[in-house]
Amino acid sequence: MRIGVFVCHCGSNIGGTVDCAKVAEIARTYPDVVYADDPMYTCAEPGQAAIEAAIHEHKLDGVVVASCSPRMHEPTFRRTVERAGLNRYMLEMANIREHVSWIGRDKEANTNKSAELVLLAVEKLRNNRPLLAKSFDVNKRVLVIGGGVAGIQAALDCADGGVPVVLVERDATIGGKMAKLDKTFPTVDCSACILGPKMVDVAQHSNITLYAYSEVEDISGYVGNFTVKIRKRSTYVDWSLCTGCGACTEKCPSKKTPDAFNELISNTTAITIAFPQAIPKKAVINAEHCRQFIKGKCGVCAKICPTGAIKYDMEDEIITEEVGSIVAATGYDLMDWTVYQEYGGGAYPDVITSLQYERMLNASGPTAGHIKRPSDGKEPKNIVFVQCVGSRDKSIGRPYCSGFCCMYTAKQAILTKDHIPDSQSYVFYMDIRAAGKMYDEFTRRTMEEYGTEYIRGRVSQIYPDGQGQLVVMGVDTLMGQAIEVKADLVVLAVGIEASKGAPQLAEKLRISYDSYGFFMESHVKLKPVETNTAGVYLAGVCQGTKDIPASVAQGSAAAAKVLALFAKDKLESDPQIAQVDMRRCVNCGKCIQCCPFGAIKEVEIRGEGKAQVIETVCQGCGLCTATCPQGAIQLSHATDNQILAEVNALCQL
Amino acid sequence: MNFAYYPGCSARGSSKDYEMSTQAVCKALDMNLVDIPDWNCCGSTPAHAVDTELSAALCVRNLDIAAQQQAELLLTPCPSCLSNLKLASKRMEDPAFRQRVDELLDGPSAKAFPPVTSVMQGIAEAYDMETIAARVRKSLKGLRLAAYYGCLMSRPAEVMNFGDPENPTLMESMLAACGAEMVDFPLKTACCGASFGIPERVMTARNSGRILDLATQLGVDAVIVACPLCQMNLDLRQEQASKEMGTAFRLPVLYFTQMMGIAFGLDHKELGLNKLRVSPDGLIRKLDELRRNSAAADKAAEGGRS
Repeated sequence: MRIGVFVCHCGSNIGGTVDCAKVAEIARTYPDVVYADDPMYTCAEPGQAAIEAAIHEHKLDGVVVASCSPRMHEPTFRRTVERAGLNRYMLEMANIREHVSWIGRDKEANTNKSAELVLLAVEKLRNNRPLLAKSFDVNKRVLVIGGGVAGIQAALDCADGGVPVVLVERDATIGGKMAKLDKTFPTVDCSACILGPKMVDVAQHSNITLYAYSEVEDISGYVGNFTVKIRKRSTYVDWSLCTGCGACTEKCPSKKTPDAFNELISNTTAITIAFPQAIPKKAVINAEHCRQFIKGKCGVCAKICPTGAIKYDMEDEIITEEVGSIVAATGYDLMDWTVYQEYGGGAYPDVITSLQYERMLNASGPTAGHIKRPSDGKEPKNIVFVQCVGSRDKSIGRPYCSGFCCMYTAKQAILTKDHIPDSQSYVFYMDIRAAGKMYDEFTRRTMEEYGTEYIRGRVSQIYPDGQGQLVVMGVDTLMGQAIEVKADLVVLAVGIEASKGAPQLAEKLRISYDSYGFFMESHVKLKPVETNTAGVYLAGVCQGTKDIPASVAQGSAAAAKVLALFAKDKLESDPQIAQVDMRRCVNCGKCIQCCPFGAIKEVEIRGEGKAQVIETVCQGCGLCTATCPQGAIQLSHATDNQILAEVNALCQL
Repeated sequence: MNFAYYPGCSARGSSKDYEMSTQAVCKALDMNLVDIPDWNCCGSTPAHAVDTELSAALCVRNLDIAAQQQAELLLTPCPSCLSNLKLASKRMEDPAFRQRVDELLDGPSAKAFPPVTSVMQGIAEAYDMETIAARVRKSLKGLRLAAYYGCLMSRPAEVMNFGDPENPTLMESMLAACGAEMVDFPLKTACCGASFGIPERVMTARNSGRILDLATQLGVDAVIVACPLCQMNLDLRQEQASKEMGTAFRLPVLYFTQMMGIAFGLDHKELGLNKLRVSPDGLIRKLDELRRNSAAADKAAEGGRS
């Protein structure tokens, strides 16, 4: 074999603490190594060209690149050797950046360790065999999980691109958080007016199948061929018959059902349609508050329904869908702000969240767009907004900025003045974060044209003064003094966290998530839409805090990724999978039991039972190879011989 | 049951009534408080404001005595003493700090100190609320009370170990067990102005005034406290607070032990009620009247049955 070794300086990243020329010199003494060099930037165009030239000039049939983590550039260098005519699996990488230069300062020790890692790679490479990928069909349908604005955008763009879309929404209507908003910043557009048409497009698009009031139960398979089980939760209303006329909601006698769509500031009926522009506009029975379910008698809605759509005996339904790609767009929820006992911990009715305030401002909300104090229904005159409640607060384990609260607080202060001209708003803030287009101009307008008092400092306590008002105690850090404001209403800009159930969904999708439940993108800078699971993409706040335009942009970006994936008729399978040596297999079945992907089946060959790997299902995890008592299963590109060659080399040093 | 006890200086001076009622209530509950011998001042605010090590040395001398006595637990009524003792004990976990304090004390102190806790928590650990309720002879039913903890009792949370630092509830549980109606008092952990009563009298008057004002708005019969300095600011300086707030407060401020003592039917002289600046006589009269009325109502109900 003829091996070439390239020891990358990575500028000073590696070259600063590793003597790369020395490593190359040592590498020339390794078996089968006929060429070694130490380029400055191996991944740059000249670096790659040098590898190609060396392969031709020195008739190399294997290449070792000692540089960064293979997670970074293995695909790059595989393409390089492939261009020069080698099989892409005749490349090995030694990670001398993350594993050496970045973690040690001792140049001599680093140089020695780098040389040893190069030796391991050489010994592995000497046992490598060319591997060939097989191709398989792509199921050109996409699942979008979550029907907020990000999911809607992803679904519409995919559908417009000719891809059939399955859209799953947990709530009874799509629209997500945006559907609850009154206006949007910085243009003060009506939220429902700009989102409504998109929601209708979803309902009318021939390429979109919408499952509302449904959740993803299980996901199996792999890129191009996922199988998804969807639980359609029972609504107790046959939606094929329901016309959304609303007669049932008018007559329902259970009028004290907490209204989740209105953020629990008002009650609704046990059978409801979330809001006038709901998509689908269908009724749902809340069984926990329905008299028919609690007391076993009532039946008013069934009697009143003109189409006979009420079905009290309806049960959940499990639907199976086959798709080739998945977009997760599960959004966010508010963190539990009641940990702030100094703000009353939820005990004071006139201390509300900004989402509750948004419902109050909304003309289709519970107060028909009139600002009223929850305690006595009176119109407030002094309104205090408190920002960063549950954001940027390490004391309660929430170190991150929720991103959009500065902006919607400014918007709400403007709307407050529009609704109640003789009102005065105060905003307690830490820093104004208004980095978007037209954003800073907007917050300045709030202060300068609408006379909102911005007070830079945290609020230490909120308490009722016993005479119907709230005392807001805080600090004005610009004046350097304690400050007290009497408020009729306090609105808390509560921080956000990933949507409830996000970690469980991440496990089903086999993607990573952070300690707050946000899904992890494949690369923070360069792959913000992809995940580490091929074919699974992210859109909207499920990946991290962002406002509406950013969520829409990511929805479109995820759709572009799906359309690019589906532009190919066939995908190449990864040949790094398990293979059974039929002569050694004794059909004990242990591999079938341990495979987490169901990728091994029993087949009959010449009258004998044998294990066989289903190539498109195997993920190459290697569990079976460790389990097989006969050593009959080998993982291609990580065979026992390849691993032992590395171990031997290491032990003989 | 014997308990090692650190009274603190104010118990023998400005808050004699706290000390008297603490002793009386504990005796009624069969808790015998035994002073650790030859104890000294914890250093209070002045010491820790000037020098952490000197302040700790004062506390460690007391902790060391308690350790020599083989006390399993050390009780103290005063939150300020408690805070100093607990912080000193915690700081001694740092070997360098321990070495410096030992030098100040002319010798090595005990390797481990007994845990320190407040008399309030000591009572609650020894008896559940049903036991306390069973000891009540004169129910406080009909009285509306505000529990005021002050800023020290629950903070810093990781040292004081007193429940939610913003919303402790132990005093409410104990007094509710005695029959009282406890209002939700949002300023329960606000600062009364503490020792700034001397250098910044207006600030203390304003802070205490805010607390007294809210309590008055909530229509309580008394504010119940657990700290000698809080009691002094709210009671002795009530006139100053009134002046600052442009009003005339008349709100009795009792120690929780005094209120429990009343409920236990203990002699008022034993509880030091006569030492309060704002007289609790009105409160006592109201309680007596409430009890007469309820007795009459009981009798009427009995009469109606027979």
